[in-house]
Amino acid sequence: MAFWREPLDTQEIQISKGTVHIIQDRCKGCGYCIEFCPKDILAFSDSFNKKGYHPPLAARPDDCVNCHYCEIICPEFAIYSTEDPDIAATETT
Amino acid sequence: MTKNPQKPLKPAAHPLDDLIRTERIPHIWCPGCGIGTVFSSTLKAIKGTGIPYDRFTMVSGIGCSARGAGYVKLDSFHTTHGRAIPFASGIKMANPDLNVIVFSGDGDLFAIGGNHFIHAARRNMDLTVVCVNNLTYGMTGGQVAATTPNRAKTTTTPFGNPDAPFNLPLMASASGASYVARWTILHTRDLTDSINEAMAKKGFSFIEVLSPCPINYGRRNKEKPLDTLKLYQERTIIKNGADPARADIDFDRGVILGKFVDIDRQTCDSMYNSVCRPCSDD
Repeated sequence: MAFWREPLDTQEIQISKGTVHIIQDRCKGCGYCIEFCPKDILAFSDSFNKKGYHPPLAARPDDCVNCHYCEIICPEFAIYSTEDPDIAATETT
Repeated sequence: MTKNPQKPLKPAAHPLDDLIRTERIPHIWCPGCGIGTVFSSTLKAIKGTGIPYDRFTMVSGIGCSARGAGYVKLDSFHTTHGRAIPFASGIKMANPDLNVIVFSGDGDLFAIGGNHFIHAARRNMDLTVVCVNNLTYGMTGGQVAATTPNRAKTTTTPFGNPDAPFNLPLMASASGASYVARWTILHTRDLTDSINEAMAKKGFSFIEVLSPCPINYGRRNKEKPLDTLKLYQERTIIKNGADPARADIDFDRGVILGKFVDIDRQTCDSMYNSVCRPCSDD
């Protein structure tokens, strides 16, 4: 439901891009990162980790904008995102 | 011939790995428990201050959230039940340059340790108190606590809690705290900023964080952890500077979040120095 107007400088804004890293064996499968990812890029994986939980999986990794919300809401220190080096390199040049 | 075990590849490093005792992770907190989120927000706030880590101390009492002191790679102190604030006050008086953080739960800080909280706030000890409020006694099996909302079911109140719960921000501000705020684990960014601000604040800072307890509270009240977070999303409103007397926890009516109090008062340390050490140079 997009009821806001498009910002005028939308062409100039460079959207940051990130990579999600998941530390499988720390996850306890609470699903907070999956539910609250603003870009909905995560999903439960079918595989089990060492403790028998289903850790998340980056289903659409290209959509990550490196907002760090998964990192900050994860109670288990099991997920974090880093800035994509390609984009960072093009920004500096 | 026996072989040496293959050295495992260096595992991926979480950005907070320099502040946690990684050999003790995964921690004991249940799946869906919010204490881990509060803990990581606190660590992020510590990181965000830019102060060297040896200038921090974390003190905690007894309970689920109090295990935090065992997982942090700072000087930390796991004290007796309810006495986190007295121990922290002692640390602060002995070494006023330390940033002392009390990380504990509602049962520890407000039920058995209620008096210590009131008097530390009255004296305006320069502490940062982060209280994880999960509305129950989680570690002992989900008995009714001083913060359990009216009509909530617990092991000891199977028909619903007949009593009214504590309004923690009201109590903190009435006792004289310099900084009082309340957030939930869903508002993690506000929470991190708030803890950061509270650590910079001179005087008694109190931050209440609502957190789900899926096993011992949620299960008896038909709330899955994600349902609790949805409740935090839909039934809360952020009103900075709101009157803490209106901040009681009643999810039917809505819960007020935000920064309630931010005042400047003389701290215990400066008052002690001006009264008892009037001639000292420093």
